[in-house]
Amino acid sequence: MCYICSTVFRKPNPSSGVPIYVQVKEQIRHAIETGALSPGDQLPGIRSLAETLVINPNTVIKVYRELEQEGVLEIRHGLGAFVAPRRRGQSKTEEIRDAQQMVREFVETLKEQGLGEGEIRRLVEAELAGEFQRR
Amino acid sequence: MGVVIETVALKKTYGKHEAVRGLNLSVRAGSVCAFLGQNGAGKSSTIKMLLGMIHPTSGTGSIFGHRIDREKESLLIRQKAAFVAEDKRLYDYMSVAQIIRFTKAFFPRWNHDLERRLLEQFELPTERRIGQLSKGMRTKLALLLGFTRGCELLILDEPTEGLDPAAIEDVLQIVVSLAAEGTTVFFSSHQIAEVEQVADHVLMIDRGKLVLDAPMDQVKEQYRHIQAVFPEPVEERDFRVPGIEKVRTEGRTVSLVASHNVDSILEHVRMLRAGSIDVLPVSLKEIFLEKVKSR
Repeated sequence: MCYICSTVFRKPNPSSGVPIYVQVKEQIRHAIETGALSPGDQLPGIRSLAETLVINPNTVIKVYRELEQEGVLEIRHGLGAFVAPRRRGQSKTEEIRDAQQMVREFVETLKEQGLGEGEIRRLVEAELAGEFQRR
Repeated sequence: MGVVIETVALKKTYGKHEAVRGLNLSVRAGSVCAFLGQNGAGKSSTIKMLLGMIHPTSGTGSIFGHRIDREKESLLIRQKAAFVAEDKRLYDYMSVAQIIRFTKAFFPRWNHDLERRLLEQFELPTERRIGQLSKGMRTKLALLLGFTRGCELLILDEPTEGLDPAAIEDVLQIVVSLAAEGTTVFFSSHQIAEVEQVADHVLMIDRGKLVLDAPMDQVKEQYRHIQAVFPEPVEERDFRVPGIEKVRTEGRTVSLVASHNVDSILEHVRMLRAGSIDVLPVSLKEIFLEKVKSR
């Protein structure tokens, strides 16, 4: 088993209502954002990742294919999947940091208006579920 | 990709009881297809018909192009497909080692590496007689014999029943690796969480009829639970829009389950001047309960 499998990936939650391939895509994106995976790093083989996470191999294929289309990964035929070179402009880490600041201010504003944590969480989740639907 | 299992208007009646009522199934090669249903929904009858163990009352089906209702062709099916039955019946007088030796003599494509790996992983006592194995051990042994046959199709009836969580994870992992090698897996189960984890396609039957036939991702992406609050009381008949599977109204609030067409449904809900609309994902368990209890 490759070393990345056990440290970068977590078993997805099958019952969450979010498709497993979306959860695994998020894990890979997150690993790249945090620097756990760098450009040029090789990802586990399809079978190896499917066995580690105990998920359907077709799900892994879908994850790699979609991340390739989004420019996050490169598929080199016969060799496997690799993290693509970083795109120009603001780095992902900076983008995330800025976004975090925006979310913080946004949540503060809502709290000032008297909304509770549960209400805010529910609104955000409903919005994301709706957003996902519209895509 | 080709189709491995196909049935057309498959029916089975026992006396007056209709166990399977016109089933049209199609399972693609390389897929891990889950077959869900309550007890008595017709799962085992369907599987037995697929394997030629019982004869359909009407309708037909094929596996790898061989007709399931013709005895000679059914033999060819049983050569290509491994089956682990719900009752995991084995020869009680043989020891674990004996039954493995006995079984593998019939199968030239026996996977010796997997046999060794599973013997170790499942911690099976090779010298103990089958009659003296616990229920869990017996299940593990039956699965070992099915998994190592080197077949193109694996049909499992409640494969993880009676196993502890660690053994279940082992079993699912083997299902995943066999699928990665191209084996098609068709399994019935009550364990919805394990189905969600490894299956890429879901078939759900209720009272002998198919009530859901969809890729797992599609189920997760298209099923939504919509809750809305209106300024005036609403009634069920206000919500006749394609895609709405279930409506529950209570005064000014409504709770909807949608299987598709969510955009138009939301549009409709907004037109009725909903003050607040929540859209939430639906788990397979909720869909299952909805499908089998709504009638």
